[in-house]
Amino acid sequence: MLRFLVLLLAMASPAAAQPAEEVVLGLSQDTVKISTNFDGSEILIFGAIKRETALERDPLQVIVTVAGPLRPVVVRRKERVAGIWVNTASVEVDSAPTFYAVATSAPWSEVISHTEDLRHSVSIPRAIRSVGAPMDVLDSQAFKDALIRIRGGRSSYQLLEGAVTLRQQTLFDTRIAMPANLTEGIYPTRILLTRNGRVVSRFETEINVTKVGLERWLYMLAQQEPLLYGLMSIAIAIAAGWGASAAFRLVRSS
Amino acid sequence: MTMQVYLPISEVAVNAFVLLGLGGLVGVLSGMFGVGGGFLLTPLLFFIGIPPAVAVATGANQIVAASFSGLLAHLRRKTVDLRMGTVLLIGGLVGAAIGVFIFNYLKTLGQVDLLVRLCYVVFLGIIGGLMFIESLNALRNARRGAPPKRKKHTWIHALPFKMRFRTSGLYISVIPPLLVGLSVGVLAAIMGVGGGFIMVPAMIYLLGMPTKVVVGTSLFQIIFVAGFTTILHATTNYTVDVVLAVLLILGGVVGAQFGTIIGTRLKAEQLRILLAAMVLLVCGKIALELLIEPSELYTLAKPGGV
Repeated sequence: MLRFLVLLLAMASPAAAQPAEEVVLGLSQDTVKISTNFDGSEILIFGAIKRETALERDPLQVIVTVAGPLRPVVVRRKERVAGIWVNTASVEVDSAPTFYAVATSAPWSEVISHTEDLRHSVSIPRAIRSVGAPMDVLDSQAFKDALIRIRGGRSSYQLLEGAVTLRQQTLFDTRIAMPANLTEGIYPTRILLTRNGRVVSRFETEINVTKVGLERWLYMLAQQEPLLYGLMSIAIAIAAGWGASAAFRLVRSS
Repeated sequence: MTMQVYLPISEVAVNAFVLLGLGGLVGVLSGMFGVGGGFLLTPLLFFIGIPPAVAVATGANQIVAASFSGLLAHLRRKTVDLRMGTVLLIGGLVGAAIGVFIFNYLKTLGQVDLLVRLCYVVFLGIIGGLMFIESLNALRNARRGAPPKRKKHTWIHALPFKMRFRTSGLYISVIPPLLVGLSVGVLAAIMGVGGGFIMVPAMIYLLGMPTKVVVGTSLFQIIFVAGFTTILHATTNYTVDVVLAVLLILGGVVGAQFGTIIGTRLKAEQLRILLAAMVLLVCGKIALELLIEPSELYTLAKPGGV
């Protein structure tokens, strides 16, 4: 009797907690190393969908998101005051990802419903968290739109509809181009499987973006030994100034 | 060929040749006119996408290098009044400390960005305009063959604590140079520049120093003010980007040497008229930015930062 119960539970629980379709993921690289000649990076995200059951009739869709570290940001708006353009209103966005890319296997409206987007924070506007605007700002949405527009222009925010290739409802892959202006940190990466706009399975991993070599050393020195770093900067400046002067004298006297 | 370099503090990748070129251009100006070039370099760095706080701090560091290179050239030519430079510097450092205090106070009030821009427009406008008119007149008089006006005795010569500045050929009170140093220091700290473009005309018109000595003496005091600013930014804001600075410096030190050569071949009036034109150009550009509707009304900033 007890054994039967355990068996029943074992049968029941995977059906409830574990989805019928799971992601087996591969990344072309799980670390992005920022060295002196870093000029952005392209990451290939690929994987397969493992199924315990037969393929359902409705097509499966895949969404891939890569998010950078969350940081607060101030959005300011200019207005003309007495003939000159002045910052008048500002809204502090509590936490916005420094980088956010979302790639889908089909047009946005076909891959995820509005409620599921709200629940899983998938689209770019949903990935930005803004608690409230000051009392005097009535159109805080315009500030959020501006943030998305400006960061989109720098390729920091990317909406890549149809950029995920899905083959035979099983194999998928996409490429995410990361710009050069990356912030160091852990980049949570999600794969969402959806059917009829509903999320049926999710898989999470992370990409580590880190400065290496000279970049790392200088950054740490500047943070931990700022006085030493400042003196070093001046010493370099003085040495360079003297070096150039001496070199020019040599050139001119010869 | 593109050669992108990732800057560790700015956290952006920029073409190395663009930075070398910018450094070189500012270096030429520095050598020619004895200005650090901060008033030109800082806005140019904003333009290529360097975060403003990093641009101001790193600009100061680059100014040290370019000015030092230029100063050595002037020292060999004995066109530096070290005594006058020291007096100006004492005033300058006190002024810079006051300036930083005012800057931080304004930051808590907000609108510091606007104030800095207005400072640029007003001071660049006044100084550029005055210099332009004056040197144009001097140039016209020289063509006509009229003798240059003799130095007049003014109230400045009636002040106490007189000191002999042999290199400048002056015997004046230390109060005017101390005050000039002080006010330039205040403005330099608020505007985030070395202050050469204010210092040079102040030395010529207020103190009556000869133009050839003014350049080297200005460079001498700029090195210390800019060095002081670099340390201040490195220790409080962590915004000095040494990779960015090295690239600007490499261009800048070479440029400064060429600038010094060009400077010695030009007449003092021509030198002044060129500097005036340059100052007015930057002034006009900043004024237009304030007057014309920007294409993007919104800007992003770090909370608490500039």
